[in-house]
Amino acid sequence: MAQIRFIQPDGTENVVEIADSGTSVMLAAIRNGISGIDAECGGCLDCATCHVYVEEGASGLLAPPQPEELELLGSVAAPRKSNSRLSCQLKLPPSITSLIVHIPEAQS
Amino acid sequence: MSGLVVVGASYAGIQAALSARDSGYAERITVVADDHLLPYQRPPLSKDFLLDKVTQDNLVLRDDAFFKLKQIDLILETRVHAIDRHARKLSINGNTVLDFDKLFIGTGSHARRLALPGSNLDGVCYLRSIRDAADLKERLRHAAEIVVIGGGFIGLEVAASASKLGKKVTVIESAPRLLERSVSPLVSQFLLDLHTRHNVDVRLNDTVAGIEGQNGRAAFVTTQGGACLRADLVLVGIGGVANDQLARDAQLNCTNGIVVDDHGMTDDPGIFAAGDCANHYNAYAGDWLRLESVQNAQDQAKAAGLAIAGKTGPYDSVPRFWSDQYDAKLQTVGISRNFDRQSVRGSLESGQFSVFYYKQDRLCAVDSINRAGDQMAARRLIGSGISPSPEQAADLSFDFKSLLTTINAVGA
Repeated sequence: MAQIRFIQPDGTENVVEIADSGTSVMLAAIRNGISGIDAECGGCLDCATCHVYVEEGASGLLAPPQPEELELLGSVAAPRKSNSRLSCQLKLPPSITSLIVHIPEAQS
Repeated sequence: MSGLVVVGASYAGIQAALSARDSGYAERITVVADDHLLPYQRPPLSKDFLLDKVTQDNLVLRDDAFFKLKQIDLILETRVHAIDRHARKLSINGNTVLDFDKLFIGTGSHARRLALPGSNLDGVCYLRSIRDAADLKERLRHAAEIVVIGGGFIGLEVAASASKLGKKVTVIESAPRLLERSVSPLVSQFLLDLHTRHNVDVRLNDTVAGIEGQNGRAAFVTTQGGACLRADLVLVGIGGVANDQLARDAQLNCTNGIVVDDHGMTDDPGIFAAGDCANHYNAYAGDWLRLESVQNAQDQAKAAGLAIAGKTGPYDSVPRFWSDQYDAKLQTVGISRNFDRQSVRGSLESGQFSVFYYKQDRLCAVDSINRAGDQMAARRLIGSGISPSPEQAADLSFDFKSLLTTINAVGA
């Protein structure tokens, strides 16, 4: 069980629990109706519309982005930062029980 | 007030309900679906689900929390039998009636059935729903020789999955090339080579004559070309048919699906439709199209949701598709039909390339294999009506972003 805190650009927060380590951060957001993550392709690495900023410091605990994700990160609508990730590719290892992600201003 | 009723918990149905709500529609929203499960993702059904990389639980797309948060009522395992347009009522489950002010039809499509001798034999399968996928997965486990009828997206994705599972796979396609209606000859050839390299026997220009059974189960597929192929499992992927019967019965305008305008509106101004079941005039194709894709379902339903909420935002997305086969991710944007020039970026040999298609010097479509960056740029270029020259497209050092930035700046 892991908790993810989604922080909107205006500072409002939502907390979502992930019970299954196979569930991506994107899917957790979509299932729970978190605004600001469009995920048009549903996690097939086709759209770059589930962009998030992972809280600084946590990035090192997550599996690094694969080349395909990096390529799509080059096309995100909001500014790309060093902690930019596509949330469809973010799955939490058992060692992480909480994560904070910031939602960008725009997805497309 | 009886509010909005959405028929079908499909990508289109859920998106329409969500867009209406998020755009300020304050009345009641009810989604009625004959599915037994919460809305689920469909693209993985022919790929990761068959390969046991995701479970049924992983596929859930919208949870109870979503419906609660968005104040959308979801009624599962319930079939809508008829629309009474005059009384603004739906009949569900025989004698129950549901009132509506606005109606959205997102009933999707069903697999076109094979109508040949032997097509009702056990072991002749289709892939559309999660039930179909679970059945196919179980049968694949026990099957050794698989014949796939149809070299379209579903057929090729299942062929790739079955091949990965170590099965002997034959694909029969009546057209002279694979994915004829979706990609250009060059990409068709790449895919043919890709499947052949993975030991899939692809037979073009041939059609199935019939399926022969043994003890009531499929055993052989015979073709017009004279082949007789052993098959303990037959997957039929010969296209989809719009689920528009409900709309037809209600005398809504239907031609190869429910005819809608660019707001997803039918010829009844209170009734909307989008996705696989809808037929719209597509400016990029210059023709009427019924698109079966997640992108179309969502974008068209967004436009409908806005219209339902009294806002405007027409559907004008460039059509897009994607498909995963082995290690190749195919992405396409635009309509390449009738192109008169093509330009290749990258190399076919490396398995990483994009093909840019031009019609009278205008970029009309791009197919990419493992070049997602090109594809993202292409979507913006085509969507903005910007055409890089064929020489620029072929030049790997040319950055499309510069073109987009420059022209955007000039435009602004």
